[in-house]
Amino acid sequence: MTQPVIPQTEEMPAEVYIQEALPRVNEFRRFVRVFFSRGVVRFGAAVIVLLVLTAILAPVIAPYDPYEQNVTNILQPVSREHLLGTDSLGRDTFSRIIYGTRYALLVGVVTVLIAAFIGSFFGIIAGYMGGWTQTIIMRLTDSVMAFPPILLALILAAIMGSGIKGVMIAITFALVPGYVRLMCGQVLSAKENEYVMAADAIGVSHFQIMFRHILPNCLSPLIVQITMVMGIAILTEATLSFLGVGIMPPAAAWGAMVHDGYRYLIRRPILSLAPGVAIMVVVFAFNMVGDGLRDALDPRLRGTL
Amino acid sequence: MTMLLKVEDLKTEFKTERGIVKAVDGVSYDVNEGEIIGLVGESGCGKSVSQLSLLRLIPIPPGRIVDGRAFFEGEDLLCMKDEKIRSVRGRKIAMIFQEPMTSLNPALTICRQMTEMLELHLKMDLKTAKERSIELLEKVGIPDAKRRIYDYPHQFSGGMRQRVMVAMAISCNPKLIIADEPTTALDATIQAQLLELINQMVQQSHTAMVLVTHNLGVVARYAQRINVMYAGRIVEAGTVDEIWEQPAHPYTIGLLQSVPKLGAQAGKKLVPIQGLPPNLINLPPTCPFLPRCRYKSRECYREPWGELRHLGGRHYVRCHLDIRGEL
Amino acid sequence: MTTYILRRIVQSFVVVIFVTVMVFLVMRLLPGDPVLMLVTSGELQEFTQEQIDALREELGLTNPLYIQYVDWLRKAVSGDLGKSLLHRYDIAEEIKRRLPVSLHLGAFSFIIGITVGSLLGAISALRRGKWVDMLVTVAANIGITAPPFWLGILLIYILGLYLGWLPIYGYTSPFVDFGKSMLQSIMPIFCMSLFPIASTARLMRSSVIEVIQQDYIRTAWSKGLNEKIIVIRHVLKNALMPVVTMQGTVLRNIIGGSVVIETVFFVPGMGLLLTNSILAHDYTVVQGIILILALAVVFSNLVIDIIYGWLDPRIQYE
Repeated sequence: MTQPVIPQTEEMPAEVYIQEALPRVNEFRRFVRVFFSRGVVRFGAAVIVLLVLTAILAPVIAPYDPYEQNVTNILQPVSREHLLGTDSLGRDTFSRIIYGTRYALLVGVVTVLIAAFIGSFFGIIAGYMGGWTQTIIMRLTDSVMAFPPILLALILAAIMGSGIKGVMIAITFALVPGYVRLMCGQVLSAKENEYVMAADAIGVSHFQIMFRHILPNCLSPLIVQITMVMGIAILTEATLSFLGVGIMPPAAAWGAMVHDGYRYLIRRPILSLAPGVAIMVVVFAFNMVGDGLRDALDPRLRGTL
Repeated sequence: MTMLLKVEDLKTEFKTERGIVKAVDGVSYDVNEGEIIGLVGESGCGKSVSQLSLLRLIPIPPGRIVDGRAFFEGEDLLCMKDEKIRSVRGRKIAMIFQEPMTSLNPALTICRQMTEMLELHLKMDLKTAKERSIELLEKVGIPDAKRRIYDYPHQFSGGMRQRVMVAMAISCNPKLIIADEPTTALDATIQAQLLELINQMVQQSHTAMVLVTHNLGVVARYAQRINVMYAGRIVEAGTVDEIWEQPAHPYTIGLLQSVPKLGAQAGKKLVPIQGLPPNLINLPPTCPFLPRCRYKSRECYREPWGELRHLGGRHYVRCHLDIRGEL
Repeated sequence: MTTYILRRIVQSFVVVIFVTVMVFLVMRLLPGDPVLMLVTSGELQEFTQEQIDALREELGLTNPLYIQYVDWLRKAVSGDLGKSLLHRYDIAEEIKRRLPVSLHLGAFSFIIGITVGSLLGAISALRRGKWVDMLVTVAANIGITAPPFWLGILLIYILGLYLGWLPIYGYTSPFVDFGKSMLQSIMPIFCMSLFPIASTARLMRSSVIEVIQQDYIRTAWSKGLNEKIIVIRHVLKNALMPVVTMQGTVLRNIIGGSVVIETVFFVPGMGLLLTNSILAHDYTVVQGIILILALAVVFSNLVIDIIYGWLDPRIQYE
């Protein structure tokens, strides 16, 4: 039997200590790994990259001018010259879908960012201030939310007058309440944290606490929501255009193209079905990327809508 | 005394992102009828998992029972048919869990959660089951049980909820109760009350119990025998007296020294165990307690982690050093 | 529980007030006034100046704003939503005629959405990683992103025009001709229920997955209960809680979607009337319909909250 050697600190091989500490995982690498772990998310990310590139390079990619009418060449079937045929005014459908990426991206990104900005602002104030401020802001939000978003956008677009500007204002307004509610809830729970009380205790101003201390801690769900809602915004624009109060012809917007093509459904179904596929793929892509971001940013949020 | 449960070489693993965690790595012990066994160790040493594995309650995947046998009344729990093990769960072996806040279903009344066991195992009708449940609740000290049985878990305090768990555990007169840190989440005063209650219930019905805890003091008070676990294995086993008087493993000594004792001489300091429990992925072949051990020798670095060594009586230790009783 | 319900009722009441103000303001937000708008859009070309003035008078546009609001609200409460600017029909009467049509399609879509959605979600969660799960997950992801109007067109083309199995437009009351009614409503109901099914299934799936990992489910297993009882008694009620909360969003979506789907399938419900009135600048009709639709949303949210309070016993004490 060996004699016990009482407290001994030297001569400890390094490897004994190494196995002690858990292997540290780089946060960013973890994010990338989780984000890209699902096939649908990779697909979504690829579609969005492609969407942006197409929008930028539309004049280079598109084989024809999307607005050039050709009465001798109307309602052509799918052919080598016209990959998706031509519409009732002889315009090349494929080129119009390519140019449509510009409208989709413009509406999707701009409306959502503005709505997120306005909504978060009021949401943070409501959540942080509490009391009557919160009650009034939240009841107002509830009231706006009593109108289905598509209905709200529809009415506002009708009031604002058709055209891209009216549609964008209408969609932005319809999206704001969602962000107010999200951020209000986030701030209400973040407010309970010690760092907020600590900041308050050392005399940091309310404004600073709200936007410098609380906001950064609520960013993950906000980013997820922004991504997801971009798809919804594009879908809403397409719906409005389809109903005839959105982006008006001759603009090459997907929803309007579905609307135009609807009349020729029997003869050339591809005229309304092809732009619909474009809408669906893009909305799907934003949704999946949002899903992936949610998994990667905050596993606790998994599965919430 | 007849042997009630005999666990041999139990091994349970969990697959994680970082690798395979060998949560339980060859644990063997036995429990006699009516006996209270203490299972002691730090959090994450595999003591809870070893108990959940017995009733096959670990989530599969990521968990997996790799090896081992667990004979209960002569039958191996680990290879029973699903139907058969369900008739053991709650009826023959009942469990009391650590978290009183989350262990009861928030959406169902206490009544529903208690009677469902009685209906299932003892084939009672709802009315008899209700009466029996009220009796049980009164027995575990729930005031106004007749009315409160229709309450939901959130209407009870943590201590009361744990009493309900105890009532549920004893409701079908099981042969063995596994109490997995039943008091860890409670206030100190309530802890003592609850342990007394559990002890009383077990004694009355001559039920055997495995008391899982990280508190050696608690175990010494109620158990007849103690198993000390470290890094997924039992490192010391013996009767309470053997371990209390002559602890043989440096880890047990560390645990004992960190328990405050009433009547200890003034000025005697509590000695904490240095360091953290090891990560159970890629354990070295040497003794996993080595980095924290105060008695280690050069030899410890050369030798693989040994087998349990018999020290006489019912006392076993997994350490080649001879440091018995050195406190 | 009673205080919870009372509080929700008071909240809903406040929301209703705000909603009426907003609906009222919709008309005043127009540049000029609705009559002017009609004139400039060319819908009232054959109207004389006297007729236009009479219209203004009828709408009370000459009064101060708050009097206009009180007046309008008083009439609305008594069931008078005014007359169509263009076609002079009574709006309340017209809505009464069209409401059952929209309700028929909407209610079916909702019921199908929550039952089929919860069922698929639960099955998918309990068979996690199996082919059923994969199928449901992929289908649900497509279901929440497919544009309903496009889906409608696709179905019309395939089932209606190409295969000729189903009528491509119109509506018949089930009390008039049950068979025809069924055939006509299959496609609209499918299009309207796809989003509810998909979103409910997604949420239900993650909710069930979350619940089965809870401690109390482990407790239930430790009691020796079998899988059937555990799922039905212990898992479903808890898992349904977030699903019920989400049905408010789902209902909003169905009501919004009905506008689109009714337009696509020429279903003479409130949605089609709304689209047509918007395109024709018939603002009194628009106002009447959105008031009814918004109130429907508020009311259904209230019902959902009360159901939730009954599902989750903890709510009473919050």
